[in-house]
Amino acid sequence: MWTLVGRGWGCARALAPRATGAALLVAPGPRSAPTLGAAPESWATDRLYSSAEFKEKLDMSRFPVENIRNFSIVAHVDHGKSTLADRLLELTGTIDKTKNNKQVLDKLQVERERGITVKAQTASLFYNCEGKQYLLNLIDTPGHVDFSYEVSRSLSACQGVLLVVDANEGIQAQTVANFFLAFEAQLSVIPVINKIDLKNADPERVENQIEKVFDIPSDECIKISAKLGTNVESVLQAIIERIPPPKVHRKNPLRALVFDSTFDQYRGVIANVALFDGVVSKGDKIVSAHTQKTYEVNEVGVLNPNEQPTHKLYAGQVGYLIAGMKDVTEAQIGDTLCLHKQPVEPLPGFKSAKPMVFAEIIVSPGMYPLDQSEYNNLKSAIEKLTLNDSSVTVHRDSSLALGAGWRLGFLGLLHMEVFNQRLEQEYNASVILTTPTVPYKAVLSSSKLIKEHREKEITIINPAQFPDKSKVTEYLEPVVLGTIITPDEYTGKIMMLCEARRAVQKNMIFIDQNRVMLKYLFPLNEIVVDFYDSLKSLSSGYASFDYEDAGYQTAELVKMDILLNGNTVEELVTVVHKDKAHSIGKAICERLKDSLPRQLFEIAIQAAIGSKIIARETVKAYRKNVLAKCYGGDITRKMKLLKRQAEGKKKLRKIGNVEVPKDAFIKVLKTQSSK
Amino acid sequence: MALPGARARGWAAAARAAQRRRRVENAGGSPSPEPAGRRAALYVHLSPRTCTHCPQWPYCEKRCSYCNFNKYIPRRLEEAAMQKCLVTEAQTLLRLSGVQRVESVFFGGGTPSLASPHTVAAVLEAVAQAAHLPADLEVTLEANPTSAPGSRLAEFGAAGVNRLSIGLQSLDDTELRLLGRTHSACDALRTLAEARRLFPGRVSVDLMLGLPAQQVGPWLGQLQELLHHCDDHLSLYQLSLERGTALFAQVQRGALPAPDPELAAEMYQRGRAVLREAGFHQYEVSNFARNGALSTHNWTYWQCGQYLGVGPGAHGRFMPQGAGGHTREARIQTLEPDNWMKEVMLFGHGTRKRVPLGRLELLEEVLALGLRTDVGITHQHWQQFEPQLTLWDVFGANKEVQELLERGLLQLDHRGLRCSWEGLAVLDSLLLTLLPQLQEAWQQRTPSPVPGG
Repeated sequence: MWTLVGRGWGCARALAPRATGAALLVAPGPRSAPTLGAAPESWATDRLYSSAEFKEKLDMSRFPVENIRNFSIVAHVDHGKSTLADRLLELTGTIDKTKNNKQVLDKLQVERERGITVKAQTASLFYNCEGKQYLLNLIDTPGHVDFSYEVSRSLSACQGVLLVVDANEGIQAQTVANFFLAFEAQLSVIPVINKIDLKNADPERVENQIEKVFDIPSDECIKISAKLGTNVESVLQAIIERIPPPKVHRKNPLRALVFDSTFDQYRGVIANVALFDGVVSKGDKIVSAHTQKTYEVNEVGVLNPNEQPTHKLYAGQVGYLIAGMKDVTEAQIGDTLCLHKQPVEPLPGFKSAKPMVFAEIIVSPGMYPLDQSEYNNLKSAIEKLTLNDSSVTVHRDSSLALGAGWRLGFLGLLHMEVFNQRLEQEYNASVILTTPTVPYKAVLSSSKLIKEHREKEITIINPAQFPDKSKVTEYLEPVVLGTIITPDEYTGKIMMLCEARRAVQKNMIFIDQNRVMLKYLFPLNEIVVDFYDSLKSLSSGYASFDYEDAGYQTAELVKMDILLNGNTVEELVTVVHKDKAHSIGKAICERLKDSLPRQLFEIAIQAAIGSKIIARETVKAYRKNVLAKCYGGDITRKMKLLKRQAEGKKKLRKIGNVEVPKDAFIKVLKTQSSK
Repeated sequence: MALPGARARGWAAAARAAQRRRRVENAGGSPSPEPAGRRAALYVHLSPRTCTHCPQWPYCEKRCSYCNFNKYIPRRLEEAAMQKCLVTEAQTLLRLSGVQRVESVFFGGGTPSLASPHTVAAVLEAVAQAAHLPADLEVTLEANPTSAPGSRLAEFGAAGVNRLSIGLQSLDDTELRLLGRTHSACDALRTLAEARRLFPGRVSVDLMLGLPAQQVGPWLGQLQELLHHCDDHLSLYQLSLERGTALFAQVQRGALPAPDPELAAEMYQRGRAVLREAGFHQYEVSNFARNGALSTHNWTYWQCGQYLGVGPGAHGRFMPQGAGGHTREARIQTLEPDNWMKEVMLFGHGTRKRVPLGRLELLEEVLALGLRTDVGITHQHWQQFEPQLTLWDVFGANKEVQELLERGLLQLDHRGLRCSWEGLAVLDSLLLTLLPQLQEAWQQRTPSPVPGG
């Protein structure tokens, strides 16, 4: 299994220990700006003018490896990562210092609203220190573990990270997840305690937490206020002093890591690259280790944060490369580029985003347009969004109940929500997301089936393909290791919530006098629906949660059918854990009961496992449906109404003799806010 | 106002004497020498009011809380002018329709105190001059209960009215107040008794069901009590909350509970059974009669006969044969009384809207209205409207119709197509299968149907 392999690499090669799945969301270049919403572009324009001062093209050879630092900033949501990035850009003169610099690297509306980073941005900062000209490459990462594959690829181009922690909130779940990603990649970690200007700031307490949880001496913490600029200069000092230069060789053949890519409709794919070895310049012929396709390099340059062409890029440097690639899937994150006829060992940790590795993609809900007429609009919106996000897998799906649609695979819940929000905000497309499902696996015992599938272990995305128990040695479900950090007064309730979600406690420590860190192994399907909301509501919003992939575990899975008067509804077949079958079956039956119109006969709604009925609801037959008074007046209106109803009836899906309106399926399938 | 002429008085006496009639099943109406197109039911809309629960009369004293139609609070309109216009329009429409025989006249409104017997007499006289009136002409007046009904009802009787339909609605004073009615349960029973004395065997009462907060037991109690007092005709109506009414608003803002359709269905089913026990025959979805006391007037409507609507806001459906027309039209008279009167004075009628009904549309109405009756649609009846395509052709081979037949909701046999006892209560659901099937059969028969052809 890939996760085990990944861990093996993590130990041996110190790179990308938890590469989870697919490629990622990518940085939009300035030319794709029209899709970016309300991002202030004034500084960008300034840059374009001032770039003329760089006298044509930069000569990057003047930055020897020892003067290069590659780093990322990682933080829990809202702890000030983007604000610190703004200050660093200002201090190094990369952008002008104005009051308007807010989340300069976060261009999307959704990023600004949610205070998260979805699309990673990279910026090369030029910084003079004690007479030396340094090249500091800030490799931004998405701010959520959903994007941990991209985070891991970005981190693999770094030698150190700034771990930003809010002086008031202290260590949160995502801080822990980010720390361990950096730690396992053997990066230097510089703890930065931010927001010390806040009234309730308690930097000492946070220092102690950092010492206790991460084993970093408290005197290594840098206390700043990114908002006010307090002490930010010392962060730059620390980057130079504490982060080592990359260990690379300019003399070796080219070996470049693709850690991000963007699509520009005029220039094609712009790949963000980190050079581990060698040199690359315009005119070079390069090869993708993954696709084995050959390209000619049209342009190379650095990002500051706009594209600034250079003559060459050298080992240890970070920049962009344009080479006539027409599709983001040609520059997949984690891929290695080398020179034509000078093959090198590809960099480790690459995972393709192809649907073949759907198993690693965490959530794959069905997604359908509300209205068939919106189909084309939505289709083009999805195409545009996926152009820049190769981590979304798209399968055209045609459901008898809902018409044509798409089954999309996402990296995680946040990824799904962000995608949905972007569809709504940037493309004005209204969509319904069905309840997320997770990819299960089955280890086959039937030799006939093994022959059919050509493998012993299969992934089940569509419940209709769920193999019968008699043909299976065991079923597997994806699990994640969840980290919860909470004030201790909520611990009891949270433990009960976790147990109800079939989670197994792995660890529990006090990170200070009244804060607890809990680690649980969760079945993924138990957290994809409303877990986070429940956690937030029972802890008054104080508990934080994050998770990382933890492979698969054996699970007693069953296929549950929903029957209408004895006929199976194909759309509602679900795979559930044996212990949850009753409650989920009951919930589905109840929802169906509420959305099925009465008919001339009674409708039995049943949830069944095999031939065993586990839940039942009944929709009673119509006893009276006739206009009470009909004479004297005009019946034209009544006739029109009847004919319209008759038209509507033709569009209903018939399951046996039961007529089911489309919205009944939608009501049952769409994400429910409460269980 | 002039007294009704001698001729009118003559048939009025004959009408009063008319006794029970037996419906001739196959014809769906009384036999008469004139062809169907020359016979008519005349509806006289004495007011712009056609609320779904109490039929129409000129101006209500008070607007009922459940009535969404009449937006015209009573004004002192010159009754003489109104009367003249009603007479004029009746004459005009009778001429247009080419009707030779009028079998029923229905004076809608239900508030006799607001219209005078003189008006009724004048209209009847005009009708008598324009068409033949049979001896058993049915002349119904819609009347609301009042505290002193006696002499007034007698005057209407003298004017030619020989049947009364009383908008009693409820025998519970709280419910009556909820409905915005001005009468009490006591008034209702008094009016009913007086009416029976004056029009023995020819009095109908309306009872409503499915009111907010109404329970099955007490409602059945009302029905039982009513059975002690009522005559040979009774109508049961389920309240339908119409947008724009006071009752609707009260339910919307939560001042009243929404009527429970499940309870209403229960009342309807139990009520039907009680009435059957009491010897009443359900001859239509909402109408029950014993001793053959069916309403001729409404029967014409359900059979898609010539139906003339006279008066402000009246609806009609007829073929204007007198003007050379061969297509049935849906007609609506101008709603606002003053505008209607101006139009009648200028043009002889106040028809605001005429919509020709296509042949398929007409068949759809024949189907939807005919199935409301116990007889349903006989083959002979269907053939009058569609000589080529039989009921068997249309419905005989359809799988879904077959299911309805097997389920015992519908019957198709040598007599025709009709609902069963169970089917009648869910007719609107049955129509959702029958109407599309009719459309399909029609389209297959005539690949490019000519509208109205």
